[in-house]
Amino acid sequence: MMPDLKQIKETNALLCIECARCSGICPVARYSQTFSPRLLLTKTLRNTKPDSIQSADLWACLNCQCCEEICPSNIKYTDLIQILRQAVGIQNMEGTCSHGGILQSISQIMASANLKQNRLDWLGKEYNTSKNSDYLFFMGCLPYFDALFTDINVQSLNIARSNLRILNYFNIQPQLLSNEKCCGHDFFWKGDIETFKKLAEANLEMIEQSGAKKIITSCPECYRTLKVEYSRFFGKLPYEIEHISEFLSAKLAVEKIELKSRDMKITFQDPCRLGRHLGIYEAPRACFTHLPNVEFREMAHHHKRAICCGVSGWMNCSQISKQIQMQRLKEAQDSGADTLVTACAKCQIHFQCALRDTQLAEQITLKVKDFSELFAENLH
Amino acid sequence: MAKKKVKPSFEPRIVVFACNWCSYPAADAAGINRLQYPPNVRIIRTMCMGRVHPAHVLKAFEMGADGVLVSGCHFEDCHYSFGARNAAEQYKKLEMLVHILGFDRKRLRQEFISAAEFPKFARVVRDMVEEVRNLGPNPVSYNSPIKQKRSDKHDLAVVDLALTPS
Repeated sequence: MMPDLKQIKETNALLCIECARCSGICPVARYSQTFSPRLLLTKTLRNTKPDSIQSADLWACLNCQCCEEICPSNIKYTDLIQILRQAVGIQNMEGTCSHGGILQSISQIMASANLKQNRLDWLGKEYNTSKNSDYLFFMGCLPYFDALFTDINVQSLNIARSNLRILNYFNIQPQLLSNEKCCGHDFFWKGDIETFKKLAEANLEMIEQSGAKKIITSCPECYRTLKVEYSRFFGKLPYEIEHISEFLSAKLAVEKIELKSRDMKITFQDPCRLGRHLGIYEAPRACFTHLPNVEFREMAHHHKRAICCGVSGWMNCSQISKQIQMQRLKEAQDSGADTLVTACAKCQIHFQCALRDTQLAEQITLKVKDFSELFAENLH
Repeated sequence: MAKKKVKPSFEPRIVVFACNWCSYPAADAAGINRLQYPPNVRIIRTMCMGRVHPAHVLKAFEMGADGVLVSGCHFEDCHYSFGARNAAEQYKKLEMLVHILGFDRKRLRQEFISAAEFPKFARVVRDMVEEVRNLGPNPVSYNSPIKQKRSDKHDLAVVDLALTPS
């Protein structure tokens, strides 16, 4: 099934001037033999046969928005890809899900079952939470990542713990949803709108019941979904949402807080959802300036030219992903930093996985750390 | 086992992953020796229990299986020497995930059953069917072929658990 031409028109796809800047900057096209954004666009517009867009290439896109950032005609490639995936997905064409599709299964079970999750088992007494605070901490799938990625040394729940420590430090006792569902990000980008809506409705209902006015999240994907997609599908939202870096930079700018930190050279990986999708580049960088003894260095590609961590939506992890990750890690190493700070749990998982490569281990001595972990351990 | 009042029509459907070298022959031998065990299990033969990724098990739950049994050789008997150990490691992860998702732990089971232990196979299946029957149906409301078949009590031989190739 081909999508509506009207929908395609809305993405400005017809304004393509064939300059191929998109394909020049695309991190996937750099390593892939067959994929390029321009080719995909041309194929869609020629519209000869539906199977021209059903190739695996459609699933190779990372939705990192590099192409959109550079396009002179302002073509919305990510929207186009999403529309195409949605059209193709109805015929049960899907990309290859990494990890045997386990993460999709987890989210699908969350969407379709009336189960009481045990997702707050990790919560210790040292963290203060309340049931009627205006603040709500949306943790996303961190408990699942923590259980699943034990073999690559990722403790995703430390991110959740660090976020709570930061919030508690500023005298905020946030609410936590004990039965919070997946935000639906992966399903939206996979083109499975039905499941996305189920998850979104469940989440919105729970948030409304909680009465929270402000949501803090540590996950850029949840951030984008809760902010952009939910309002697109459900209209005005009853809450405001902030990434922990925005929250922290605002607090640090107003309150005089002395942080302790040891000598470190850090560099920052801009997550695609936080950076290019939502334009938040400066908030995390502003926070770094408050850390004494810490030297901040930019990588060769930064801000809107930052390179994606190589995988999105738990799909299409391939050799190309590994090459992108290696390039990015080498860039980080070349910047002279000893710690790579990311603001996304998934970037952390992907880089940590790439670091297991024995060849790479000789060249790269970097540590990968989450943004909130870095600050939580430097609070007094 | 304390008898709870459950709808008599509920027959649990349990997916059994059985390895080619131990548990599958055990199931076979149970049949040859005419040991009775409930017909609620759907046996999927795998070459090794180490092949069963947590994703396969969760997919079964996603598609409406009421219970999943992963069975294979004892550690020292594993045909591939390390497969059963791998499976035990994977199982720890899996147990955790199933717990976080909120399923009852009894819906999932790992058993080491050698080819000679066919009475054990029959016993494990009997136990598990009884336990899952008391728990009631899987709360996942996935619109799968299995659910549609559920009303048809006699058609127990249909296996529609399409497992994704990883």
